Amino acid sequence: MQSKVFFGALGIWGLSVATLFAATTMSVQVNKADMRETPSYLGKVVSSLAYGDKVTIESQNGAWLQVSSSGQSGWVHNSALTKKTIVMKAGAGAQTTASSGEMALAGKGFNSDVEKQFKDNHKEINFAPIDKMEKIKIPIADLQEFAKEGKLQSAGGAK
Amino acid sequence: MSLRNLTALALCILMAGCGTLEKISEVGTGLAEATGTITPEQAKSINKSAGAIDKASESMTPEQEYYIGRTVAATILSQNKPFDNRALTTYLNTVGQYLAMFSDKPETFGGYHFLIMDTPDINAFAAPGGLILVSRGMLRCCKNEEALAGVLTHEIGHVELNHGMQAIDKSRYTAAVTTLLAEGAKNLAGSNVAELTKAFEGSISDITSKMVNSGYARKSEFQADKAAVTILERAGYSPNGLISMLQQMEKNLKPGGHDFAKTHPAPQDRIAELTKLIKATPSADAAARQARFNENMRGL
Repeated sequence: MQSKVFFGALGIWGLSVATLFAATTMSVQVNKADMRETPSYLGKVVSSLAYGDKVTIESQNGAWLQVSSSGQSGWVHNSALTKKTIVMKAGAGAQTTASSGEMALAGKGFNSDVEKQFKDNHKEINFAPIDKMEKIKIPIADLQEFAKEGKLQSAGGAK
Repeated sequence: MSLRNLTALALCILMAGCGTLEKISEVGTGLAEATGTITPEQAKSINKSAGAIDKASESMTPEQEYYIGRTVAATILSQNKPFDNRALTTYLNTVGQYLAMFSDKPETFGGYHFLIMDTPDINAFAAPGGLILVSRGMLRCCKNEEALAGVLTHEIGHVELNHGMQAIDKSRYTAAVTTLLAEGAKNLAGSNVAELTKAFEGSISDITSKMVNSGYARKSEFQADKAAVTILERAGYSPNGLISMLQQMEKNLKPGGHDFAKTHPAPQDRIAELTKLIKATPSADAAARQARFNENMRGL
């Protein structure tokens, strides 16, 4: 019992020595982030990164970071990345987390289980319009066409 | 450590303030260490990592912000039905998602999405994470796409500046983080979800009451307007659109209304602040934008 408890605890809280690369490694903190050929939303998408993916930082251009991951290289806006190590599964942290104290547990805290409990407690609140609005994602090509048609002289996306 | 000790530690932690988390953990581990249930090294490691989570609580992850935002938006919509007009909703999302690309926070966990509320009140809400709700009354204050862009960028500004999340009382963070600690120690059956849900409900209530009733501080509203000007300029819109929208809003607002009349600084005050910020007016070829604006707003 006691060893299970503490191995469980250490699994979540465990710290290790991965700090060597802490300065150049970041994690994806959003559900999905695209890697682009150039530091701009107008840049062609090279590949997509998922929540918790680790990337190595190669260079910077304003708010855009050139990163590499799984043999691919491309540009990602810095708001998609965090210096925190994102631990995807409880227990996995013991081997991988940084000793800087900067870590976040994916899927913990306010999560889908909490939302479900909230829905059970508040049946009068309807989440259907939220699920519906979240599905509305205008393709980047349409946004480019929108800017062109409207003669919007943009600065090329977030700087 | 026995289950009873563990539960006592968890309860201790649940009652503790954020700043004292590390100390409480030290007390717990000290007890366990003294009774020989863990080694000094294990105790040191746990204390260190409790401190780490304590610090991490200063900012919630975008994932947690996403779940808070969904529920804040759903709660607001329980009082304001969505306005179902596909063409207008697509147009709103096109303008909004285009603008969000130019903010300092273009990436959020679930992205930016926009919805129209079916009410003549002049209102707009930005739930954390980028779910933005705009009323028909607010859209009626917009006479062109620049004005609409002004409304949307002000709301994107609130998301960028984390104003919603800042409305959460610190005690909710403490409860959430300490429950995580207890969970880390060992799953305490379903009770951790129940505890977390209490902190969650409190957080939702803190944010919605701020947005709907008291409004953010005037300073926060001016900051959101400032962020809006930056985004508009980057995106190629004249920031004067925001001023023309506010001039129209001033005419449309009813004194004593439970909308922007209550929660926002007076339009003329916002205009006064904005005129200090706006330096140049880019010459804009507005004809193409006016045509599509008129076409899409017909259904309003």
